[in-house]
Amino acid sequence: MDMKVTENLRLHQNYCLLKLAPEETLPEMLPGQFVEVKVDNATTFLRRPISINYIDRSKNELWLLIQIVGDGTLSMSMLQIGNIVNIILPLGNSFTIPEAHTKQELLLIGGGVGTAPMLYLGDHLKQLGFTPSFLLGARSEKDVLQIADFEALGQVYITTEDGSLGEKGYVTQHTILNKKRFDRIYTCGPKPMMMAVAKVAREAAIDCEVSLENTMACGIGACLCCVEKTTDGHICVCTEGPVFNINKLTWQN
Amino acid sequence: MAELNVNIGKLQLKNPVMTASGTFGYGLEYTDFMDINRLGGIFVKGTTAEHREGNAYPRMAETPAGMLNAVGLQNKGAQYFADHIYPEIKAYDTHMIVNVSGSTIESYIECAEIIAQLDQIPAIELNISCPNVKEGGMAFGVTCQGAGDVVRAVRKVFPKTLIVKLSPNVTDITEIARTVEAEGADAVSLINTMLGMAIDVEKRRPVLSTITGGLSGPCVKPIAVRMVWQTYNAVKIPIIGMGGIANWKDAVEFMLAGSTAIQIGTYNFIDPAVSIKVIDGINEYCDRHGFKSVAELTGAMMQ
Repeated sequence: MDMKVTENLRLHQNYCLLKLAPEETLPEMLPGQFVEVKVDNATTFLRRPISINYIDRSKNELWLLIQIVGDGTLSMSMLQIGNIVNIILPLGNSFTIPEAHTKQELLLIGGGVGTAPMLYLGDHLKQLGFTPSFLLGARSEKDVLQIADFEALGQVYITTEDGSLGEKGYVTQHTILNKKRFDRIYTCGPKPMMMAVAKVAREAAIDCEVSLENTMACGIGACLCCVEKTTDGHICVCTEGPVFNINKLTWQN
Repeated sequence: MAELNVNIGKLQLKNPVMTASGTFGYGLEYTDFMDINRLGGIFVKGTTAEHREGNAYPRMAETPAGMLNAVGLQNKGAQYFADHIYPEIKAYDTHMIVNVSGSTIESYIECAEIIAQLDQIPAIELNISCPNVKEGGMAFGVTCQGAGDVVRAVRKVFPKTLIVKLSPNVTDITEIARTVEAEGADAVSLINTMLGMAIDVEKRRPVLSTITGGLSGPCVKPIAVRMVWQTYNAVKIPIIGMGGIANWKDAVEFMLAGSTAIQIGTYNFIDPAVSIKVIDGINEYCDRHGFKSVAELTGAMMQ
């Protein structure tokens, strides 16, 4: 669908928050799903898969948190209010949401731009009556994004690699993991981080879902480029994921 | 409104626009975006006699105006297709054509025999040009001997329309085209992907798990048009042209070069409904240029 840019905030040098609204009402979209954005420049050929950061129903707005890594994301960061962008949505599966009455302790771990889907997931969980906790990891203070938005939803814990904000180190080294028992962990971020989180979860017998970011072409299960090796063989991250329970993956740790 | 019907062998197509194998799944993936019944045909995902897991990830690298892939014919096998996928797709009002591949002549025959049993599959596209498998695939398609042997063997067991998909990774594509024509192919489709490669310079490693892969997209179009034109001047059987078609203009270019019909491949990933726009655009072009039938476009380049 075609969507109009309503806001494009540069959060800092390498990140922007793009807000878009279509003329029609946005369809139902679940936490963990993603969109494919068509980029109009001379060098970007494929659409860019971007996870849903937040849906503002009151304004009929889709939020996309974008890290500028190449020409495609650079073009997206330069979009102006009023520009029209073609987007395919919603794509992929979603995070598993526990039964509302179970009062589970839920920890949402995001690393870098991988914090993006955790905002929409946290909002969804809060509306269902949960009190989610967030553990956000980044290189340094300036790379920790949308802190105020996360704090409005639950307790926020932070690690930075240089110690400029929160505890120094990686998310898996944060002391909260030893202090508090969580029933379920959701995570998205760089693959080494997710593998480390999966290891922590497995050792503590905590149910854990990860959101993968394999490179994609079609986004709809046709090209078979984005496959992940699972207990069922190679399956498409775009349609059978991007969210996987760690027990389904063949990560060795 | 021009007459859009064209014939490929015994196959009558409602229009010359079809979707290429490996880029359109089984058609079902695209029903949210378009009415797939409007297509002239759908070439479904490459199918082999046996279940194949395909190559390891990463399988894709974006390039200027295109992409490299190294999927490696991941599919659940011809019998699974016949039992589970065919029942889901057979009722669509378009031609479902199965792309058949193999690692040995025997495995091509085995796959073709299974597909031949399926009433609503009117044709196969024999893939002798996949660059992403260690055995078979392109190995058959780059020599006249290999191409001739596999087409002769499959022709004996497959009485319906036999289309042979040619590789561009050859010195002279017309030799291969003439050979498969002589062995009884009803049509040729070209081009499959061009062998290519990409390196991540920061990591000093190949981007693809297989190091090399198949290049497709608008970047290959001029090569494909040239090969269609050369082949048109070399054989009498119909040509299904493809390679980087992104709009109606590209499709008309392939027809003027000698294609009777065309396939749209990689661009389905950018615009899932592109093929419908191409059908409408070809029709408008015919009206604007006074062609009563789209078939008049084939080889109509003036020199």
